[in-house]
Amino acid sequence: MIEFQNVSFAYDKGSPVIRDLSFRVEDGQSVGLIGANGAGKSTVMKLLLGLLTGEGKILVDGLEVRKENLFQIRRKLGFVLQNSDNQMFMPTVYEDMIFAPLNYGLSRPEAEARVDRALGLLGLEELKHRHNHKLSGGEKRMAAIATILAMEPEAILMDEPTAALDPYNRRIVINIIRGLSQTKIITSHDLDMILDTCDRVILLSHGELVADGPADAILRDKALLERNRMELPLRFSGK
Amino acid sequence: MNKMETALHELSQMDELAAQSSPIHRLHPAAKLLTTIVYIVLTVSFPKYALSGLIPMVLWPVLLFQISAIPVRTCFYKLRIVLPLVMAVGLFNPFFDRAPLLSLGALTVSGGVVSMVTLMLKGLFCLMASFLLMATTPIDSLCSALRKLHMPGLIVTLLLLTYRYVGVMTEELAIMTDAYLLRAPGQKGIHISAWGSFLGQLLLRSMDRAQELYGSMLLRGYHEHFHYAEAGPFRLRDGLYTLGCGLVFLLLRFVPVTRLLGSLFVR
Repeated sequence: MIEFQNVSFAYDKGSPVIRDLSFRVEDGQSVGLIGANGAGKSTVMKLLLGLLTGEGKILVDGLEVRKENLFQIRRKLGFVLQNSDNQMFMPTVYEDMIFAPLNYGLSRPEAEARVDRALGLLGLEELKHRHNHKLSGGEKRMAAIATILAMEPEAILMDEPTAALDPYNRRIVINIIRGLSQTKIITSHDLDMILDTCDRVILLSHGELVADGPADAILRDKALLERNRMELPLRFSGK
Repeated sequence: MNKMETALHELSQMDELAAQSSPIHRLHPAAKLLTTIVYIVLTVSFPKYALSGLIPMVLWPVLLFQISAIPVRTCFYKLRIVLPLVMAVGLFNPFFDRAPLLSLGALTVSGGVVSMVTLMLKGLFCLMASFLLMATTPIDSLCSALRKLHMPGLIVTLLLLTYRYVGVMTEELAIMTDAYLLRAPGQKGIHISAWGSFLGQLLLRSMDRAQELYGSMLLRGYHEHFHYAEAGPFRLRDGLYTLGCGLVFLLLRFVPVTRLLGSLFVR
């Protein structure tokens, strides 16, 4: 369970990027975090992961996000970055995937078993020994997801998982996300993808929670979306 | 392809070379690394006039090229930028050291010329040895070997990440160069007035990337200790290779092999 309690955050004493944000995500939920550019979506992720520290309280399975709990909390949360090149820092996919399990104290055979399990789950066995800098954009994104799955986290956070993907690879990534049983929080401008993968949507605007409810209801609300500098998903827009 | 893309292509060619299979490729990376270090140290340690003693040191890289099936041409092509710089090190020796050292028939050769050629060969041999190490050993295995040899983890991690991100930065630079050239028709390269902003942009992008990369490492449990690829056990053949090569290098370094061979034919 993930809970934000009256969280606020500002960069360098500037105007707040997140204002008094409170919400709760239950285990197994898929939540889409949407909003226009600058709404604070990525900041919410960074606060949850302890990469930024704000005011208020953030809880992950009852553990407060603070320095002394970060190791435990980060073990529970897997974060798929928007730019896979920043995530895949080892020379090969295999080395990248085994990085986290080894850091969390698993033996090499156990870690390898996790790597194989994650690759098998996504059908990416052929990528195992490929060099990261030789992967295509779609392969990199899928390998980045596999990297996180090898951690076997309780919740998966994704920042723009379908950004810069062609329609074919986008569809593959959507199917992969749909197949994941963990709690998911996904930020994206791709509202069709959010509709396909999330049962709940949280809409942010200027760091404030504007709407929180079923994905289908919020993403059909043209007036609400337009007020917050967004548009209906393509399938509802009739285009 | 612009220059950056060519560089990127060459970088992946090195990976392909390292991924090949040959008796040298299959050796333990620590064995190859140790042998290369010993070779370089002993090659560099030859006195400046010991040209005849130095020449047999070429045998090892030549043998390695043959066994690993790596074309010598590829080596010289990859080293085309750094090789002239290394070779240029002793270029002024003939002007400073004019004392006659030896005579080849009627031709008197000065100490400066001999020391220049010796320095050039030392540079050439060391570069060939380094190239062969890189071309027969994947970078992750090399890092694992460095750690096994107790190289500080921070340095090895830096090496690994630099190798990984040199390609990404080159890509960034390639994109920036293309963007520049598309708006600077008729220019052959980037004008000197834009170099500052180019480097500044690259630095800023590098810093952003480094920040995000470090965050990504932390989120996956990184805490000072970096795990590298396992290179497999150090087998008997690896030990024999290291020992054998080491002994031959010592022999070539401290026994005047060429003089002994020459004395068989000339009295």
